[in-house]
Amino acid sequence: MNLSTVTIEWYLLLSAILFTIGVIGVATRRNAIIIFMSIELMLNAVNLSFVSFAQYLGDTSGQIFVFFIMAVAAAEAAVGLAIVLALFRNKKTVYIDEVNVMKW
Amino acid sequence: MELSQQAWYFIVLAIGAIATAVGTITRRNPVSAAMNLVAHFFMLSGLYLTLQAQFVAVVQILVYAGAIMVLVVFVIMLLNIGKEEQSKDGTSLVKLVGIAMALTFALVVGKTVSAGNAMLTSGLSPDAIKLGTTENIGTVLFGQYLLPFEVISLLLLAALVGAVILAKRKIE
Repeated sequence: MNLSTVTIEWYLLLSAILFTIGVIGVATRRNAIIIFMSIELMLNAVNLSFVSFAQYLGDTSGQIFVFFIMAVAAAEAAVGLAIVLALFRNKKTVYIDEVNVMKW
Repeated sequence: MELSQQAWYFIVLAIGAIATAVGTITRRNPVSAAMNLVAHFFMLSGLYLTLQAQFVAVVQILVYAGAIMVLVVFVIMLLNIGKEEQSKDGTSLVKLVGIAMALTFALVVGKTVSAGNAMLTSGLSPDAIKLGTTENIGTVLFGQYLLPFEVISLLLLAALVGAVILAKRKIE
């Protein structure tokens, strides 16, 4: 690995590491809000690879996709947090392992 | 070893980004997890600047660190949740399998990326500095991607209505 120039490899590996941290967060945490934040981590890891591909291949489309992903993430934040609020109002908890009425 | 300026910025910001991401998923207190995530968004914004994507870097701070995290912190405040206590049944099999799958994913991506594709060994595209400007992004967004742009505004409207309905106490 040549260390004198920053190649796209560096950004892709960093993006993979950040995505993995997000997945581990979703798998291990019980608090619905922290799971939600881990999902944001994963979305941002993907955004990072989109931007690095756009800048290394010289195509604007990657940055436009990031723009769309941010809009979807904002929509997801609004609806997801409203669901957490409704959950807390009905169940008095935000811990997902205590919400198991749909579990067979 | 001679490191370029971009390499130095990358290394510092990458270490910061990984540290704050780990902080986000390990903090017991949801407020400190949220603050770690805000710091993480600033690190990512810096990484976008090393990629010469100024517009995305600024939008990252405005939308994520500004709008979305304010919403998250507001909900944490509204629910008044304290530190997360340990689950009664300890570490479950599901969690271990989840971690194993995540690490497998990282291994597969890492091997694929470091396999040494010729396309991946060059530096930034020569016209990268022009691609990241507001002018260029605006031209492409309102030209080639006009229809998706309009559709995304509909999605935001639907999410807005949905959030209000979900958060309402009773619907008359």
